[in-house]
Amino acid sequence: MIRGDRIFGAVMIVLALGYILTASRIGTSFMSDPVGPRVFPYMVAGVVILCSVSMILRPDPEAEWPAGPMLLQLGIAFAALIGYAFAIKPLGFILPTTFVAGILSWQIGGHPARAAISGVGLGIGLFVLFRVILGLGLRGLPAGWGF
Amino acid sequence: MEILSNLAMGFSIAATPYTLLLAVIGCFVGTIIGALPGLGPANGVALLIPISFSMGLDAIPALVLLTSVYYGAMYGGRISSILLNIPGDEPAMMTTLDGYPMAKQGKAGEALVVSGVASFVGAFIATIGLMVFAPYLARVAFKFGPAEYFALYLLAFCTLGGIGSNNQAKAAMAAAIGLGIAMIGLDKTTGMPRFTFGELHLQDGVDFLVAIVGLFAVAEVFFFIETHGKNSAIGVKLGKILVPWRMLKQTTGAMLRGTGIGFVAGVLPGAGASLGSFLAYTAEKSAARDKSQFGKGDPRGVAAPEAGNNAAAGGALVPMLTLGVPGSGTTAVLLALLLTLNITPGPLLFTERPEVVWSLIAALLIANIVLLLMNVPMVKVFVHILSVPAWVLLPGVTMVAFVGIYSLTGSSFDMLMMVGFGVLGYIMRKLEIPTVPVILGILLGNAMEDNLRRAMVLSDGDWTFLFSSPIATGLWIAAVLGFVAPVFLRRFLKKPPMPETEPKVGD
Repeated sequence: MIRGDRIFGAVMIVLALGYILTASRIGTSFMSDPVGPRVFPYMVAGVVILCSVSMILRPDPEAEWPAGPMLLQLGIAFAALIGYAFAIKPLGFILPTTFVAGILSWQIGGHPARAAISGVGLGIGLFVLFRVILGLGLRGLPAGWGF
Repeated sequence: MEILSNLAMGFSIAATPYTLLLAVIGCFVGTIIGALPGLGPANGVALLIPISFSMGLDAIPALVLLTSVYYGAMYGGRISSILLNIPGDEPAMMTTLDGYPMAKQGKAGEALVVSGVASFVGAFIATIGLMVFAPYLARVAFKFGPAEYFALYLLAFCTLGGIGSNNQAKAAMAAAIGLGIAMIGLDKTTGMPRFTFGELHLQDGVDFLVAIVGLFAVAEVFFFIETHGKNSAIGVKLGKILVPWRMLKQTTGAMLRGTGIGFVAGVLPGAGASLGSFLAYTAEKSAARDKSQFGKGDPRGVAAPEAGNNAAAGGALVPMLTLGVPGSGTTAVLLALLLTLNITPGPLLFTERPEVVWSLIAALLIANIVLLLMNVPMVKVFVHILSVPAWVLLPGVTMVAFVGIYSLTGSSFDMLMMVGFGVLGYIMRKLEIPTVPVILGILLGNAMEDNLRRAMVLSDGDWTFLFSSPIATGLWIAAVLGFVAPVFLRRFLKKPPMPETEPKVGD
């Protein structure tokens, strides 16, 4: 029986071993102290491995994981957020925000029309709030479009 | 009367019209954040730190604004507990037990007033407790050397993990993940880069604000998509709000007892507000002569946990300010705020920057009075805000999170990292791994390692130095007990089952 806990534990063991390997390559400099820059990372990785082993040997009851369509939905949300992180700089605030807020709204509420309205509302409303009222340095529209 | 003169100084700094306005705004925003399900105090403060920072607020106004948000969120959590049977934040969970039954009996107004007054009593007395105890603890903290601090950090991780989680391995894992992330960046002592993989963005380490906003706010969005925002519709009608004086008189004892228990729970490192409200409710129930009404709408069952959770919120500030060790998730976020403002909490804070400490305390007292006014006569305003649908709210929160991080750092890299933390937070919550120790690890990791290394420099590499002083030994023992004891206590401290959301037939 494979459970989420076991998978997480196994992944963490691999990560911890990679962490130890990386830590062992930390360079030394002329400034040094009895402990050095590597010991604490080793200790941390050791704790992770111990805990991972415990999670693999004694996993808790399995959580309900999203399946099929829901996983796709979460994937869409993830992709939208990643896209937003890249888009906000070149495209300004309003367009990406309208688009991504609309997608998220549609995913949570399920009504395309309402989602479109809340996307546009949030895109413009938050811009007014942050730029005009709070005075943060945001650019509204793509470079060269004014604002 | 040193306290009074200090307090007068605090008020002279904090009570300007500008900071008062910020306090009012903070209280208002905080209450909304607390009331909305899924947006807890930690979340709210985390979202607002980058924004207030990019607005260029000075240290004290920023502190006033965000502590008002913090206390406001503690007050607001009760509103959705009572009206929706959904705790607005985790500490407000116990309030659902009697608050929602009261609302179903048509006593929603009374429940809101009693819990509002209880919140005020708890928070106000706890702030006075903070004034009295914090300077005393700060004097003790002067005796702490690196070995003691190392043990103290360990104690915070152990108790936070031990009490906050059902599985010790998972709690320790979370803390270790946080500590591991904290190691990324330039090593302070040797100046060598660690775990940066040649990435320039990682030289300064992972910004804790990115981690906090990702783990709390972005993870929440994934959860809401999964549940389709089911849990947000008001089912209870709220009539005219009248002050039920008799009920208040009847619950005075419960409020005071809840305050005492909550404050102590808050001061203990790692325990926090959830434990405070839980213990206050349990104690009140076992002390009551007539237990039959508990769980069915006893006003004492609303007053005690609300006083307890707000008192714990105040109590948690004691170790945070004097030792730099937060007692809960939200105080961890407040610690992040102080560090962002270049204020290092600890015993020196009280002697070197008393104006910060005392204006913070003055701000807390002011915030409480503002909150009492907002949460009792004006509570209806917040009830209306609760009807904002999740499909507007959550996208809005996500965008605020992005704007905050973007305006703080201006880099896509940090926003990508924030989304990454969001995914991590989602997976961890699914696996019931607590996320607060991760935050605490990122916040305290460098200080913890630094103290370990300084201790070793002092002792010339002798590891027994870590246990050499009585204070250090005591802290080690407390840490081990705090981690192991909950395994045995869990059997006795079983949380009471949540009441069913659907009203049963014949109810």
